[in-house]
Amino acid sequence: MKHFPTLLSHELRMLLVSPATYVAATLFLGFMGLVFIKIVELYGGAPQETSPAVVYFQLFWLPVCVMVPLLTMKCLAEERRAGTLETLLTTPVTTTEVVLAKFGAAYALYASLWASTLGFFLVLRRYSGDERFLDAGPLLGGFLFIAVSGLLFVALGVLASSLTRSQSVAGILSCVALATLILGGNALADSPWLEQGLLRPLRSAVDHAHVFGHRDDFARGVIDLRHLLFYASGTALALIFSVLSVEAKQLQA
Amino acid sequence: MSAPPPAIEVCRLVKTYGGTTAVNDISFTVARGEIVGFLGPNGAGKSTTMRILTGYLPATSGSVHLCGLPVATRPDEVKRRIGYLPENNPLPEDMRVSEYLYFRGRLKEVSRRQLGPRIDEVLEICDLKRVRHRIIGQLSKGYRQRVGIAEAILAEPPVIIMDEPTIGLDPHQILIVRDLIAGLRGRMTVIISSHILPEIEVTCDRVLIINQGRVVAQGTPAELRREIFGQSSYVLEVAGDEAALAAALAAVDPGLRAAPAGEAAAAAPDAFRRLRLTTARTDELGDAIVAALAAAGCRVRAIGREHPSLEDVFLAATRRSWDAVQAAAPRPPSVR
Repeated sequence: MKHFPTLLSHELRMLLVSPATYVAATLFLGFMGLVFIKIVELYGGAPQETSPAVVYFQLFWLPVCVMVPLLTMKCLAEERRAGTLETLLTTPVTTTEVVLAKFGAAYALYASLWASTLGFFLVLRRYSGDERFLDAGPLLGGFLFIAVSGLLFVALGVLASSLTRSQSVAGILSCVALATLILGGNALADSPWLEQGLLRPLRSAVDHAHVFGHRDDFARGVIDLRHLLFYASGTALALIFSVLSVEAKQLQA
Repeated sequence: MSAPPPAIEVCRLVKTYGGTTAVNDISFTVARGEIVGFLGPNGAGKSTTMRILTGYLPATSGSVHLCGLPVATRPDEVKRRIGYLPENNPLPEDMRVSEYLYFRGRLKEVSRRQLGPRIDEVLEICDLKRVRHRIIGQLSKGYRQRVGIAEAILAEPPVIIMDEPTIGLDPHQILIVRDLIAGLRGRMTVIISSHILPEIEVTCDRVLIINQGRVVAQGTPAELRREIFGQSSYVLEVAGDEAALAAALAAVDPGLRAAPAGEAAAAAPDAFRRLRLTTARTDELGDAIVAALAAAGCRVRAIGREHPSLEDVFLAATRRSWDAVQAAAPRPPSVR
């Protein structure tokens, strides 16, 4: 991993000069800003039972399904299309270092964009003078969920980018994979047909992969090791498959 | 003390992709400090061989050693010893020239202290100082090609592999690249593939011609001429008695054959005729022919030895390999 810092700083720089990054950041901050304004209006109108931080993270999946593909679709697909992956891999770097650097850069940007939305709560607290708007428990839990789940989401984006040399195909693949994981798990969670006969073992798998359930647990302050393990193992698996995909395609170059 | 291993040693290299054999049992050796030209028609297997040499592609069978290191089992160490300019020279569009060279230098493990002066040096060598702060995507083809060459020589590797380094360059830039490669002679081992054959002839110590995945000829351009054509030829403009002429030529070399060259012989008996003389001997016979003809009373107006160009050698060698493949192919069953 000797070359990882050089590759990571290069990847961060390339992300910062890419127009797709600014499109993703603008869409994300604009959308989350609107969500926050709606929450303020809701809480200004009538008292609510739940903390505003809990409501804020409920719609996390929508920006994730748009932002993650925009941040990751270029990373390996474009390098392969342009042929720069060949020149990169003829230097003493390994495929693992390249994939990890691309993942690290995309994740750093993803995490920093989400972290910047903490400013919404700080601004609200500053001008309302009400400490309750900065409810540390759900806020910390929500951001921790975003940080942990983001590892898997970004790794899936990198995997999608390693499978094709077309940025747009990588973006669509990544969006579909994220929507299937997040919304598919939620749709299946309450399905009665999973209770029947042979399909019953699938029930526990679906429960473990229920991202909305994880979000609710984190927001309540429940840090379950099984959730952490799910995201950590999923991330590792997606990155291993990305490395294998790059190396397999190299054989057919 | 044993002699250092050759810079490149390729032994019975085979590479197949999905049923197609791109490289078929290639063997060759390149000595340290040698500049070798790699020639072949499109699809001959040049780029595949070069990619295997760099460690980017694994071989199906056979062995490749670079500076004595096996590429298959020690690719990391091999990659530290090569500079590679791939075909079409892919470069990141969004980076500035100096930033790109700095990034590549760091990946090639050049220390930060040495990298700055070395970048200045390669920018000077490749005449890139004027564009060092320009974005690569905005550069012309010639500049981009020189950025690729600068990157290949940046870390001063012992072996440099260049796939079509002069493609897209104007004659002035080709001269710069030729001088640049000539300046590496003796210090670095260079393999260049190119379709510009006069360029290869001027630049390279040795030439390796491959076709349909096989080495069809290798050696210095002079050796290849001898091997492919197997004879020397002279063009002679002479006037005089035909019988005396034939006797004088037979006295110089009994194997010397004369045939009319170009236009048919003139009607006047003492008019100058243009003849092509061919012989299996490779030593210089020009002076002896002139002396013998003068002694026999013939008048010689011009004599010159014909040198087949590398292009002729290349065409003959590739044609010969196609003929051999066709001859070896099983004949289709005859229809009755």
